[in-house]
Amino acid sequence: MAVATGNSFASRFGVHIAVLIFVAIWTIPTLGILVSSLRDKDQIIASGWWNSFSSSTQTEAGRLPAASMQVEKDGKFVLQGNIFGNSAVRNISAFGVKSAAPTQYPAGTSADLGDGVTLQLNADGSFIMQSPKAFEGDRGQRIYYASSAPPKFTTDNYKTVLFSEGIGRSFMNSLTVTIPATVIPILIAAFAAYALAWMRFPGRALLIAVIIGLLVVPLQMSLIPLLKLYNGVGAFFGMPSKTYLGIWLAHTGFGLPFAIYLLRSYIAGLPREIMESARIDGASDFEIFVKIVLPLSFPVLASFAIFQFLWVWNDLLVAMVFLGTEADQIVLTAKLNALLGSRGGDWEILTTSAFVTIIVPLIVFFSLQRYFVRGLLAGSVKGG
Amino acid sequence: MAAQIFSAIFVIIVGVGGCVAYFWGANKLVDLIFPSRGVAGAAAIDNLRRQGLVRPWLFVGPAMIILTIYLIYPVVETLRLSFLDRGGINFVGLANYEWAFGDREFRNSILNNIVWLAVVPAACTFLGLIIAVLTDKIWWGTVAKSLIFLPLAISFVGASVIWKFIYEYRGEGQTQIGLLNAIIQHFGGQPQVWISLPFWNNFFLMVILIWIQTGFAMVILSSALRGIPEETLEAAVIDGANPFQIFWKIMVPQIWGTIAVVWTTITILVLKVFDIVLTMTNGQWNSQVLANLMFDWMFRGGGDFGRGATIAIIIMIAVIPIMVWNIRQANKETGGH
Repeated sequence: MAVATGNSFASRFGVHIAVLIFVAIWTIPTLGILVSSLRDKDQIIASGWWNSFSSSTQTEAGRLPAASMQVEKDGKFVLQGNIFGNSAVRNISAFGVKSAAPTQYPAGTSADLGDGVTLQLNADGSFIMQSPKAFEGDRGQRIYYASSAPPKFTTDNYKTVLFSEGIGRSFMNSLTVTIPATVIPILIAAFAAYALAWMRFPGRALLIAVIIGLLVVPLQMSLIPLLKLYNGVGAFFGMPSKTYLGIWLAHTGFGLPFAIYLLRSYIAGLPREIMESARIDGASDFEIFVKIVLPLSFPVLASFAIFQFLWVWNDLLVAMVFLGTEADQIVLTAKLNALLGSRGGDWEILTTSAFVTIIVPLIVFFSLQRYFVRGLLAGSVKGG
Repeated sequence: MAAQIFSAIFVIIVGVGGCVAYFWGANKLVDLIFPSRGVAGAAAIDNLRRQGLVRPWLFVGPAMIILTIYLIYPVVETLRLSFLDRGGINFVGLANYEWAFGDREFRNSILNNIVWLAVVPAACTFLGLIIAVLTDKIWWGTVAKSLIFLPLAISFVGASVIWKFIYEYRGEGQTQIGLLNAIIQHFGGQPQVWISLPFWNNFFLMVILIWIQTGFAMVILSSALRGIPEETLEAAVIDGANPFQIFWKIMVPQIWGTIAVVWTTITILVLKVFDIVLTMTNGQWNSQVLANLMFDWMFRGGGDFGRGATIAIIIMIAVIPIMVWNIRQANKETGGH
């Protein structure tokens, strides 16, 4: 391929830049929620996450205490305190008393407000206002100030979503759904795949065609009849219709066509000589399958397991139809969807919850990418 | 919760154990009923033949039963339900279909689906192809590919949150915390509520799916590009072809089959797209699509199974041409085996 195109420096440089831009577009969105999930929740709304490493500056308005708080000292009337109360987290750089000039005076200087009245606001928020005459009125002096806060990162958001927003529980529910739904189809599919690849029987070609057809049948076709069926079965046995058993079986059913298809095309490609020499040695189909085919098929079984795991973990539709929305059944995707409705603007909750839901797939994906790619190639290049 | 974890572990053991027991037991049973060892020659051959007749069905049996319950029966049942009323009891003929084509929301969904179908597969394939070609030329291409591939592992709901954060809107003049509006405001533009702009909001939702699926197209196409014989490219270079000619006239025609596979795979995915629309807009502001509308009718006002089934059938009809094409392709390939 190296011979193919542009060897000039400029075009090589262009390729690097272009790929860099693509990589940026594809990673920055995810980076955004990761960074935001670690920020202090007040800072998330005060500045964009891309500014999270620099101090966030904002201009705010406040009011000093009313005249009733004044004390008389050395013939002057004094109002003293801290505009932040006791928690000085922000740093004031400038202040003012007119909305038109909110940063007229640098912090720490004494501003002359006329009639002998002075006001000093320090960087830490403490202020002192002095006047030769008594302050009047029940509303304090209006002040404006520009303040900045140092970047603040925290894991509090994770504590909040995991333990009080129910994400921790949903995480367990997702695992409960996903692991059995990944494991159960494997053996069922493997046996069927072996039969379709190496055993001769009438109707085999038709079965293969049916499975390839089912590969693309939209899930939407199955939902209503299965919902009715589950309701019927539940009512008949006097049990709830939304159960983990129900969703395990549903995911098994929906995953089987792809499993059989993927495994069949791999198993069909195993060397004929191995099978035949085993058969000559008197091995039955069952023995060939267990002792030769299964061990040799490990890579494709791993591929399928990863696919099914990601598919089930990321699924929303099946979970919303076949599982309840109570804490003991709601899975991560459904919980995240519910939070989008109930905690719409609370980005500290949403970004953190989103990151919790995507972290497991990302780990699986990065550690097992080789198998994943192999499965993708086997699953789609050959016609599906 | 402990009970839940326990029951999940229990199911894994019972499920896997059950499968093993079934396959092993059924196999033993066949050997017992039709013994091939320790019987006289002719009988042994006879029994071997009978074993050969029965055993394949034991192997495919469990899979067939599950496929029948979870996919084949529902397809037939959904077709039947589409001719029945909301409770699935009385026959109403084509009333559901008549309703559908007269319904404003349904027509809006069809229109949106057509736009999705026109844009998303094309964009994913095109971007995937370009990235595959570019990353093949640089030393850090594998890392780049892996990062572009990454969103494929993210759920549609997760991706929706990620992009909703990018589209986040604050009033004009305020600090924008959504990346898109921040960029626009930085360059003096007007911040917008992107997901509620009629018609254009569809494109902001499509971006999410394109972002997820481009990695898929890239990986498949990249592997196809590697399969192009080096000689054809060398010959083109010697003949003085420029990079664009090589790309369009030498590379693309040789991977046409793979492009078709990628295109159809993403097309099917687009027809089923549901999560993104549900979480981003739930079909508001004219962004409805068929799959979400179908889900909606399954539960709306206690659920209208007739209309829901009708919408499912219409999605299915769109899938059928691809299904037929796939089966034909597969028959061609497996014909020799």
